[in-house]
Amino acid sequence: MEYFLELLLGGLTRGSIYALIALGYTMVYGIIGLINFAHGEIYMIGAFTALIIASVLTILGFNHLSILVLASLVAVIYSAAYGFTVEKVAYKPLRSAPRLSPLISAIGMSIFLQNYVLLAQTSDFMPFPNLIPDFDFMEPYAHVIGSSELVILLTTAAVMMLLTVLIKFTKIGKAMRATAQDKSMAMLVGVNIDRVISVTFIIGSSLAAIGGILVASHIGQINFYIGFLAGIKAFTAAVLGGIGSIPGAVLGGIVLGCTESFATGYVSSDYEDVFAFTLLVLILIFRPAGILGRSTTEKV
Amino acid sequence: MKSFVKLIVILSIMVIGVFSSRLGSASDTTIKLGVAGAHSGDLASYGIPTVRAAKFVVKDINEKGGILGKKVELLIEDDVCKPEMATNTATKLISEGVHLVVGHICSGATKAAMGIYNNSNIIAMSPSATNPDLTHSGDYPNFYRTIASDDAQARLEVDFALDILKLKKIAVIHDKQDYGKGLAEFAKNFLEKSGRAEVVLYEGITAGAVDYSAIVQKIKRSKADGIIYGGYHPEASKIVMQMRKKRMKTIFISDDGVKDDTFLKVAGKYAEGVYATGPKDVSTNTIAVAATEAHRKEYGKEPGAFYLNAYAATQALLNAIQKSGSINYADLSKALKTEYVETPLGSISFDDKGDAIGVGFSMYQVQNGVYVEVK
Amino acid sequence: MKLLTSFKKSFLVSIWFMFLTFPIMVIRVNPIEEIIEWRWWNMLLVGGCSFVLSLLGRYFLEKKELMAKRVADSGVIATTFKKRLFEQRAFAVPILIIISFAAIIFPFIFSTYQTSIMTTALIYVVLGLGLNIVVGLAGLLDLGYVAFYAVGAYSYALLNYHFGMGFWAVLPIGAGLGAVFGLLLGFPVLRLRGDYLAIVTLGFGEIIRLILENWNDFSQGPSGIANISRPSLFGTQLGLEANTVYLYFIMIGFMIFTIFVVNRLQNSRIGRAWIALREDEIACQAMGIDKTRTKLNAFALGATWAGMMGVVFAAKTTFINPASFTFLESAIILSIVVMGGMGSIVGVIVAAFILILLPEYLRAFSDYRMLLFGCIMVVMMVFRPQGIISNVRRTYRYGNNKGQDINHRETEEV
Repeated sequence: MEYFLELLLGGLTRGSIYALIALGYTMVYGIIGLINFAHGEIYMIGAFTALIIASVLTILGFNHLSILVLASLVAVIYSAAYGFTVEKVAYKPLRSAPRLSPLISAIGMSIFLQNYVLLAQTSDFMPFPNLIPDFDFMEPYAHVIGSSELVILLTTAAVMMLLTVLIKFTKIGKAMRATAQDKSMAMLVGVNIDRVISVTFIIGSSLAAIGGILVASHIGQINFYIGFLAGIKAFTAAVLGGIGSIPGAVLGGIVLGCTESFATGYVSSDYEDVFAFTLLVLILIFRPAGILGRSTTEKV
Repeated sequence: MKSFVKLIVILSIMVIGVFSSRLGSASDTTIKLGVAGAHSGDLASYGIPTVRAAKFVVKDINEKGGILGKKVELLIEDDVCKPEMATNTATKLISEGVHLVVGHICSGATKAAMGIYNNSNIIAMSPSATNPDLTHSGDYPNFYRTIASDDAQARLEVDFALDILKLKKIAVIHDKQDYGKGLAEFAKNFLEKSGRAEVVLYEGITAGAVDYSAIVQKIKRSKADGIIYGGYHPEASKIVMQMRKKRMKTIFISDDGVKDDTFLKVAGKYAEGVYATGPKDVSTNTIAVAATEAHRKEYGKEPGAFYLNAYAATQALLNAIQKSGSINYADLSKALKTEYVETPLGSISFDDKGDAIGVGFSMYQVQNGVYVEVK
Repeated sequence: MKLLTSFKKSFLVSIWFMFLTFPIMVIRVNPIEEIIEWRWWNMLLVGGCSFVLSLLGRYFLEKKELMAKRVADSGVIATTFKKRLFEQRAFAVPILIIISFAAIIFPFIFSTYQTSIMTTALIYVVLGLGLNIVVGLAGLLDLGYVAFYAVGAYSYALLNYHFGMGFWAVLPIGAGLGAVFGLLLGFPVLRLRGDYLAIVTLGFGEIIRLILENWNDFSQGPSGIANISRPSLFGTQLGLEANTVYLYFIMIGFMIFTIFVVNRLQNSRIGRAWIALREDEIACQAMGIDKTRTKLNAFALGATWAGMMGVVFAAKTTFINPASFTFLESAIILSIVVMGGMGSIVGVIVAAFILILLPEYLRAFSDYRMLLFGCIMVVMMVFRPQGIISNVRRTYRYGNNKGQDINHRETEEV
C-alpha cells in the first residue's frame, strides 16, 4: 500500500509540472488555435533566468528567502516578456496565414531559442541551487514526501485556483473567454484582441516559468534541452485533457504523470513513455476531443 | 525580372560556397591528421577537448621539425555525434586526403564512420569510443583506441561490488542509451555468471524526465543494497539526489561518465560516498602534468573530457609514422602494435584487436567532495 | 517624418531587446566554479542588431503589404518569373534541360563529399514529396512521419543482418512494410480532427522509436545495427567513391519516379478526393467520397515513400540507430512541406534543398548553424506564409477570348 501511495505521490508531482506547462499550451490554443512549440523553451528560459539571478544574488550575499523570492519574480517577469516578444515576432504577422504556417514558425522559434541559450550560456548541465528550503516539520516524513514535492503540489493547486478565479470573475478573463469562443465577434463587441492575446501569452509563460523554477529546484540541474522534452509531454497532457480547456490541462497532466509513475512502478521503466503515448491514443479513440474537451460542432 | 535576379544571386552564392570548400585540395607535402567528433551542439563538451589536445601535440611536433621532414596539418571536422553526419564527415576527410584520424568521439558515430575509413585503409584512433564491439567483433581492423572498453569497466565495477563491498542484492540501472545500456548489460551478465549476488532489478530510465521518484521507489522496494548505474552524470546526479532525499542509503556505483567534476558540483553533498570507475590516476605522470598545464595556460580552465586520452592518441599515431617511416596502412598497423609510446596515460601500445595496452581503469569514491582513488 | 518615427520605433525595440536578453546574454554564470562573467559588449551587440533588423523587418513587411494591396486593387496579375516558368513552354524547357544536364554531371565535377550531401538532400526531397501527399494534398497533419522512415531503415538493416538480403530485394519489402504501418496508424485516427490528429501521430512516431530503443532482442537497441551492405550493381559491390555516385543516381531516379507518380496522383480521382478532403471534410463526405478510404489511402501511400527512403538511408549510412529517428526529423520534413508550399512539387524540392544544404554550407558558421536555421524558418514563414511556391490550383476562367476575366477572380497567388 505504501508503495502505491508513493508512486501516486510521484505521479502527482510529475503531473503538476506537466499541468503548469500544459496550461500555457491550452490557453494559447484556445485563443488562437496554435500549438505553441516554443512554449517548452519559455519554461527552460524561466529556469535559466532564475539560476542566473540566484547565482548573482548568492555571490552578493543575500539571504536565502530573498533569493528565492527575487529570483522567482525576475524569472517570471522575464519569461512573460519572452512569451510576449515571441508572439509579436513570430505569430502576430501570421494571424491570417494558412493554419500550418504559424506551426512551422513555432518550430523554428523553438530551435532558435534552444540554440540561443546554448550559445549564450553553455551546453553543460548547470546545477540549480535548491531554492526550496527543507522544512523542519517535514523531517519525520522525509522518506515518503519531501518539501519540494509538497511545494510543487501546493503551488499547482494555488495557481489553478487563481487562474480559475481570473478566468471566471475578472474582466480580462471574460475577454479571454469571448476571444476563445469567436474572435471576430469579440472584436465587434469591442474587445481588444491584440491585448487579450498578449495577456494570454504572458500568463501562460509565467506559469511555465513557475514550473521551470520548481522542477529545477526539485531535480537540481538544468540544461538548454529540458524545454523540448518537457514540452512534448506537456503538450500530450494538454491534448489528453482536451485542448482549450483549463481544467482539462490540469487533469491531463495528472493523468499522464500518474500513468508514467505507475507504469514505471508496476511494469517497467523502459516502456514508461510507450505507456503514456498508448494511453493517449486509446483515450483519443474513445473521446476524440480529449477527456474534458468539448467536441465543437462544425457548422456547414 | 526581380525574381530572376534573386535566383541568379542564390545560385551564385551556392556555387561559390561549394567551390570555396574545394579549395585546399590534397597535397602530399604535409601529413594530414583528421580530428573528427562533436564540436558543436549539446555533446560538444566531449569533443572539443580532443581538438585542443591534438592542436597542442601537433604544435609541439611541428616546432620540432615535423614527422619525416613534413609538417603535420590538422583537418578538424564536426560530426555532432550523429551517425549520419559522421559518414559525411568521414567522406569529407577522405576526399581532402587525410592520412590518419583521431576520432570519432561517440561510439555510434564511430561505428558509422569506420566503414568508410575501412574502405580507404585509413587508421582511426578514438580517445573515447568505448563500445566493445569496435574492437572485439573484429569488424573494424583499422580501429584503435586509447581508452579501455566498456566491458573492462563493467568487470571492474562488478568485481568491486562483489569482492570489496560484498553486496548481495544489486539493482542494475541504465539510461537506455548506447553507452549506459551496454555497460549495464555487461554488468548484469557478469553478476549473473558469478552467482554471488542477485540482480533484483534491471531497468532503464528516460533521460531528461522531470522526476525520478518512481524508479527510486522501485529501487527501494526491491531492497537492493547497491546500485550499478550505466550512464552519464546528469541522470546519475538526479537519481542520487532523489535517493538521498528519501533517506535511502543504497550504495551507488557507476562508470566514467559519472566520474566527472560536474557530477560533484551538481550533486553537491549528495555525491558523498558514490563510487565511480575512471581512467587510472595519472596525476603523477610528467607528460600529463605538462599537458594539463598547457591547457590551463592557453584556455584558462581545466581540460575537459578525454583530453589526456586524445593527447595520447595523437602522440601514438604520429609516433607510429615516425617509427615505421611511412604512412602506409600495413606499416602503421605493425608499428602501432609493436612500438610503445610515452603518453600522459603512461607507456602504451596496442594489442591485436586495437585496444590499448597500459590503459586501465580504477575505482574512485567521493570523499569530502572529491574523487579519491580506492586502492 | 516617416523615417524619424520609424527610427524612434526601432530604437524602442532595441531597448526592449537589450532588456530582454540581459540575463542570458550578458551574465554568464558558472556555478561550478562560482564565477560570474559580465559581458556588456553583448548588450550593445543585441541593441545594435535589433535596431537594424527591426528597421529592415518593418521595411520589408510594409513592402509586402503594399504589393499585395496593389495586386488586389488592380486585378492585373503580373507576369512573374515563376509564372513564365510554369506556363510558357519555350521558357521552361531550356531551363529543365540545363538542370538535368547539371544533375547528371554533378557527381563527376564535385567531390565525393558533395555528392554525398546532395544525395542526402535528394532523400529529403522524396521524403518531403511523400509527406506532401499526407499533409499537403490530404490536409492530415502528420507529426510522426519519421516512424515510417525508421520502419523502412530497420527492415533493411535487420533483413540484411539476419538473412543477408540485398538492397534491391528489400526495397519493395520496405515499401510494403511502410504501407502496412501507414494503415496501422490510419485506423485509430480516422475520427480525429486537426491538432488531435497531430498529437496522435507524434505519439505514434515516439512509440516506434521507443520500441526500437528498448526491444533489444529485436532491434539491438541503442547500439544500432552496423555494417549494412550497400546496394550492389548487378551483384558486385562497389568501392566508396563509386558507390556514392551510384547512390546519387539511384536517388535521381527515385526523385523522377516520385515526381511523376505524385503529379499523376494529384490529377487523378484519388488526388482530387484528397484535395476535397483537405478543403472541407463535411462537404467532401456529402459529395459521396468515402472519407475512410481516402484517409487510409493518403497515410498508406505517404508511408510507402518513407519506407523506401528508409531503406536507402540505411544503405547509405551503413549504420542506423534509433537516435536518427526523433521528432525533430519529422519536424524538419514537415517544415520542408510547409515552406515549399502545400501541395506544390517544385516548392517542396526547393525547400528541401534549402533546408538540407544550408546547414552544410553554413558549416563555416558551425556554432551558429542551428540558430540561423531556426531563424530562417521563422523569417521565411513570416515573410512568405504560403510557402515558396504556393499551390497553383486549377482554376477555370470565365471570360472573353482575350483571356481577361470579367466575372471570376483568379485564386492564383504569386
